[in-house]
Amino acid sequence: MNIPIQFKLNNRPVTVTTDGDRMLLWVLRTDLGVTGPKYGCGEGFCGACTVLVNDRAVLSCQTPVKEVEGAEIVTIEGLAKGETLHPLQQAFIEQDALQCGFCTPGMILKAYSLLAEKPNPSREEIIAGMDENLCRCGAHVRILAAVESAAREMKGGKK
Amino acid sequence: MTASDRKDTSKGGISAYSSPLSRRQFLKRMGILGGGIIIYFTTGRSVLWARTGRNANIPTDFNAFLRIGADEKITCLTGKIEMGQGPVTSLPQMLAEELDAPYAAVNIIMGDTAQCPWDMGTWGSLTTRQFGPLLREAAAEAKGVLKELAAEHLKSPLERLQTKDGTVFDITAPRKRVTYGELAKGKIIEKYLKDLPALKATADFSIMGKSYLRRDAREKVTGKAHYAGDIRLPGMKYARILRPPAHGAKLHNVDLSAAQKLSGAQIVRDGDLIAVLHELPDEAEKALAAVKAEFSQPRTGIDDKSIFSHLLRSAPAPEIESAAGDLQTGEKLAVKVFEETYLNSYVAHAPMEPHTALASVEGNKATVWVSTQSPFGDKERVARALNLPSENVRIITPFVGGGFGGKSGNPQAVEAAQLSRLAKCPVQVAWSRGEEFFYDTFRPAAIVTIKSGIDKGGKMVLWDYHVYFAGNRGAEQYYDIPHHREAVHGHWGRGGRGHHPFAVGPWRAPANNTNTYARELHINLMAAGAGIDPLAFRLKNLKDQRMIRTLTAAARQFGWRAQKAPAGRGYGIACGIDAGTYVALMAEVDVDQTTGNIGVKRVVCAQDMGFVVNPEGARIQMEGCVTMGLGYALREEVRFRNGEIMDLNFDTYEIPRFSWLPKIETVIVKNDELSPQGGGEPAIICMGAVIATAVHDATGAKPMQLPMTQARLKEALAKA
Repeated sequence: MNIPIQFKLNNRPVTVTTDGDRMLLWVLRTDLGVTGPKYGCGEGFCGACTVLVNDRAVLSCQTPVKEVEGAEIVTIEGLAKGETLHPLQQAFIEQDALQCGFCTPGMILKAYSLLAEKPNPSREEIIAGMDENLCRCGAHVRILAAVESAAREMKGGKK
Repeated sequence: MTASDRKDTSKGGISAYSSPLSRRQFLKRMGILGGGIIIYFTTGRSVLWARTGRNANIPTDFNAFLRIGADEKITCLTGKIEMGQGPVTSLPQMLAEELDAPYAAVNIIMGDTAQCPWDMGTWGSLTTRQFGPLLREAAAEAKGVLKELAAEHLKSPLERLQTKDGTVFDITAPRKRVTYGELAKGKIIEKYLKDLPALKATADFSIMGKSYLRRDAREKVTGKAHYAGDIRLPGMKYARILRPPAHGAKLHNVDLSAAQKLSGAQIVRDGDLIAVLHELPDEAEKALAAVKAEFSQPRTGIDDKSIFSHLLRSAPAPEIESAAGDLQTGEKLAVKVFEETYLNSYVAHAPMEPHTALASVEGNKATVWVSTQSPFGDKERVARALNLPSENVRIITPFVGGGFGGKSGNPQAVEAAQLSRLAKCPVQVAWSRGEEFFYDTFRPAAIVTIKSGIDKGGKMVLWDYHVYFAGNRGAEQYYDIPHHREAVHGHWGRGGRGHHPFAVGPWRAPANNTNTYARELHINLMAAGAGIDPLAFRLKNLKDQRMIRTLTAAARQFGWRAQKAPAGRGYGIACGIDAGTYVALMAEVDVDQTTGNIGVKRVVCAQDMGFVVNPEGARIQMEGCVTMGLGYALREEVRFRNGEIMDLNFDTYEIPRFSWLPKIETVIVKNDELSPQGGGEPAIICMGAVIATAVHDATGAKPMQLPMTQARLKEALAKA
């Protein structure tokens, strides 16, 4: 049954009228035209669909849209402040931490959530925190370097 | 200079172009864009065909290689595509270098069949090796034209002119200068590139050979990078297609009535192609679930265990890849003979982006956005399927989310086009992960048998090598063996039917992963039998100086100490040749003998790939190969029974994760005199072997099948 669902998407209030059991991924990608979150596996095994819900990384392919009523959702499109990139985005560029780029939005948002919880993570903690996010190109070592470098940068107070 | 035909029009720009056929359209486009110099490649005799070795059925819809706009912007056009491997950065480097233009002024358009020069496909590490020189030649030609124009403009003799940073200047009066854009303004100039213009010497490079960050990174970290599934057209619908439960299954009955009742769902049927279309992809999925279909279940009796004997039974007669001497003589000379059989399982490409296409067919024209490694191939396939003239089909390639050889065929593009025509609206076909696994063109399961021998001094005297179904790449012998034969039975590109239960195809460095695993593990087993350190054994049996240099570079970085295997230390070694590149890997592993788990602690990768255009880009590819290669070495295999694929998602088909990572060290072995060779594939060929030899060194167990799963390793340990 279609119901109106309200939430904040990338700092802008939105209302969608749809079946609340539909997964957030499809509502974002189709109804709202926000294509940063990617379909990679559809069953929560790869992390390509990761978005932030109230600053926490969530698999949007496993999240019914009714569950985000009233929440603040950030996709990769909403992470930069205008032209100023988030330190994680900047670090991914500077560390060449991507190849095909399909997993990148999920990687960055997962790292964001990890650093929100643990601002000063050890390499082991980064590995454990990022382990559910898959990358097929093998950019892993550079992604780890990017998360470490962003963590250092963010300690300087940037967010 | 070659023949040039200049035309003045009201607007200007410069371009290197390649076909008289689409000339009118092109000139029109150039007029809109501001004009240009146009360089054609003449049909039938072009250097392109000489390079690619292709001489039949040459398509005639050639396009421009580069365009210089009146606004100083330079556009590089290529039929190659970007799937992560980095030509989006390295090709503009090559163009800017040869044209003496600022790197930042170069923009790149890739894989659009209406704009870019014809290309066979992005595979085989050929972009830098084959397309690169062609692009540089087009740039050199354009530079010559610019200098001719500048001679008129500056009233200076040609021999006094030089080019730098997008300008032409007089060396005797450096203030006499003019920019490329100013020269291009108000002109359209066509040229036929017939002769090969001289290219810059390596010593004069200032852009090639320097590391540049990826050009597409900002788009990719902000979500602005669009993939095929991100393209939206007004009125488009999403398709979900009815699929069989197993390869070889036949549709008996289908009941569409329940699906038809779902609001907004549109059923489209053309023979066996049955699809549900909806404005929302997840609703289309729901409607498809309401389709009731009965399929026959094939009973082949073949599964992932029995496949090897099935393949051996059905193996075709061999083609001899290389041979020398006489095998019987070799056997007589041998004091020790080694006979082994090596097995490889089917492996999936599993790119993070599944196969996707959006097609818009209107009347007798089709435009298709495809996640493809082969836009020009897709163009022909779509044209054939829709019975349209090829020139009425346009394939546009957005960013591609990984390919690894798996996006060479693209049935989804044909499906989307067929459905778009039937439904009379744009249609997206995006395979689910399950479809991606089901319809993947797997790396073939393969068998290698080797009979080899050494003399008293540890010199190899015999090598009788048979590879079944993998293919020839990497089978050719480079060790110095007087009596050898390399026989290739079947190939990934041929003979799927009757052999494999499903499609097989090229998988990153096709055949070479299998061949290198078998050859290099066998070499180690021989070294162990001879009681010689495996590096020393290789060096003793090699005359190829490039390989000796590459192995030595890896050993130096790794800190290899000579010791005969198994030494209990878990050191592995492997080398090989792929795409013109020499590669040597060394690794250190930990083996848990109770669980059979292999932990890879460290991998050193040394690579001689000739002149390196973008060193950091090359290192990224080496790291990517090492990381991806952990998968086929340790865990990745496709399990199946009677045509049914058991591994349909990442829960059971495990690909490498952060927690698997070894410490990776890369060494670029300098060889600037050699033109650039392949970089996207070579390192991965050694990953199976380097881990297998390390496991053997650690435990004495012989891992005779990839992947080296815990269960298999426990079996091997029990035999050791």
